[in-house]
Amino acid sequence: MDSSPLVSTVLFHIGPVPITRPVVTTWGIMLVLTAASWLVTRRLTLHADRRQAVLEGVVTGIMRQIEDVIRKDPRPLLPLLGTLFIFLVTANLSGVLPGTEAPTAKIETPAALALIVFLSVHFFGIRAQGLLGYLASFAKPKLIMLPLNLVSEITRIFSLMVRLFGNVMSGEFMIALVLALAGLFVPIPLMALEILLGIVQAYIFTILATVFIGAAIGGVERG
Amino acid sequence: MDPKIISIIGAAVAVSFGAIGPALGEGRAVAAAMDAIARQPEAVGAISRTLFVGLAMIETMAIYCLVIALLLLFANPYVG
Repeated sequence: MDSSPLVSTVLFHIGPVPITRPVVTTWGIMLVLTAASWLVTRRLTLHADRRQAVLEGVVTGIMRQIEDVIRKDPRPLLPLLGTLFIFLVTANLSGVLPGTEAPTAKIETPAALALIVFLSVHFFGIRAQGLLGYLASFAKPKLIMLPLNLVSEITRIFSLMVRLFGNVMSGEFMIALVLALAGLFVPIPLMALEILLGIVQAYIFTILATVFIGAAIGGVERG
Repeated sequence: MDPKIISIIGAAVAVSFGAIGPALGEGRAVAAAMDAIARQPEAVGAISRTLFVGLAMIETMAIYCLVIALLLLFANPYVG
């Protein structure tokens, strides 16, 4: 066993900072997504052509899912959660391409995304309920729940991070093991399964982030 | 015994026994969701969304075991 799934290959250094392959893949995904967004939103018209119809389908689909969960106007949350979902789908699927490594299969990217979710939960919570109202919501339904609520703030974000990391990483690791044991074409069904799991994990991450933010702004029960 | 051997055995035990509980739990959850969909086919959207989120929650336990096993195998602090 030579390649540990916990360390990533360093491609080059910028000054003292090592730049690994997942980081370069992330830059590539950012470039592709930015360019694609710029291209499809360049000429928006009232009567949608084919390209714009697909775009509108994606955006309204994400918006409807968010609305189903928080039961409020999804527009303030749409930029964050939509970006999260589209980035996660692209990042989970990028492991299939040769020469790239899925950024979500290393602990750093899920940790950064979970940190973004953690901060935005409090941001949206304070914006919706006010600082005092939001702080008071931790002591509901009874004051004795306060320590439990505080602990669950940390643990649920931690499990969000470990879930994404563990699922994507274990899939890639399994493919590498089967490839080493069995040979060239045997891991293809596993890779097909991995594509499905990548999309499901992106969906779950986004839905859980939506549930957490929805709980903070007072739409749904605290998850 | 060599700490490496103990680590490998520990990793195998962690994954094998840690998979039992989530497997039983996921089986019960899916069976209950099937039952609910069979009774009320019009609620399939809400049921399957909740099912996915619940399955992810249950699955986290198995993933924790997997992470522990990988830490034992690849980043063991007790093996020099």
